[in-house]
Amino acid sequence: MHIAEGILPLGWAALWSAVALPFVAFGLYRLRQRSAGDLSFKPLVGLMAAAIFIISCMPVPVPTAGTCSHPAGTAISGILVGPVISALVAAVALLIQALFMAHGGLSTWGANIVSMGVVGSFAGYMTYKGLRALRMNLTLSAFMAGVVADWATYCMTSVQLASGVRGKSPFLSLFGKILVAFVPTQLPLGILEGAMTAGMVGLLYKKRPDLLVKMRVLKPEEVAL
Amino acid sequence: MSRFVSHCTVQIALFAVCCLLPAVALAGESRWSGVDESVIEKIAQQHGRETREPLINTDQGDLLLFVFLLAGAVGGFVAGYYWRALTEKRDKTTITIPGKNGTAV
Repeated sequence: MHIAEGILPLGWAALWSAVALPFVAFGLYRLRQRSAGDLSFKPLVGLMAAAIFIISCMPVPVPTAGTCSHPAGTAISGILVGPVISALVAAVALLIQALFMAHGGLSTWGANIVSMGVVGSFAGYMTYKGLRALRMNLTLSAFMAGVVADWATYCMTSVQLASGVRGKSPFLSLFGKILVAFVPTQLPLGILEGAMTAGMVGLLYKKRPDLLVKMRVLKPEEVAL
Repeated sequence: MSRFVSHCTVQIALFAVCCLLPAVALAGESRWSGVDESVIEKIAQQHGRETREPLINTDQGDLLLFVFLLAGAVGGFVAGYYWRALTEKRDKTTITIPGKNGTAV
């Protein structure tokens, strides 16, 4: 998911940065807006920032594939603080990783924001909201959101890589090749991400159900406050 | 009940062995490389795109290990700090103001 420095041609790197920029800008606006009226919002964003930062650079060995990869953590933040602020938080985490941890790159920062921050957050958020609308329970909805967010992130990375490096190769065959290469690692890791998301949301439900109501993760009638 | 538990234990053990067997076979080949290298960089190389050295290259010897350890420690501290801030039970101290009923602060 972290596309390294120099992999994408300048034109593609600029395009993905242009796509990422409005989400980051709107995320900053939403963060100011929401934290002004709610004292518990900043600690939650701080927690999400730390969680995304740790999760997205934590190499997890996948025995079935013999490789390592990392979850994204954006499903958790997408559900709890909303997808736009989640994209902003992911952007900050990715910038620190690119600068100091040789993880990703500055020229590919925009592309990585789009795949992990934007697509991951929105996929997780929309899956959660959709399943809740279908009256699926909280934990299962969060689990599915984690799975979908992880797989969507790597699907987007495949799109970015295939479009950026293909040259004269056909896009679809290269996209399919990259996606298939991700499958052995990301299939089980997506399930792990789902479990992590369900665990985090479930724990907050036990500890601070009022916070979940305030963040519009749950409706007031679903919690005995 | 105990038979069920032992049956489950055997199944989990078998599943773990089945998961680890291909890993042992692949370990020599991939040596647990990350997908960022084994998929992204490999495919990019096949299409003539090489990675450039990062602006601040910490991928030198044990330096990267140190940076990851430091990042994990700081990130863990921050996460723990905010988790505590969010989940701690706020004590409601009752202050009695003369001439009025107790006011919760």
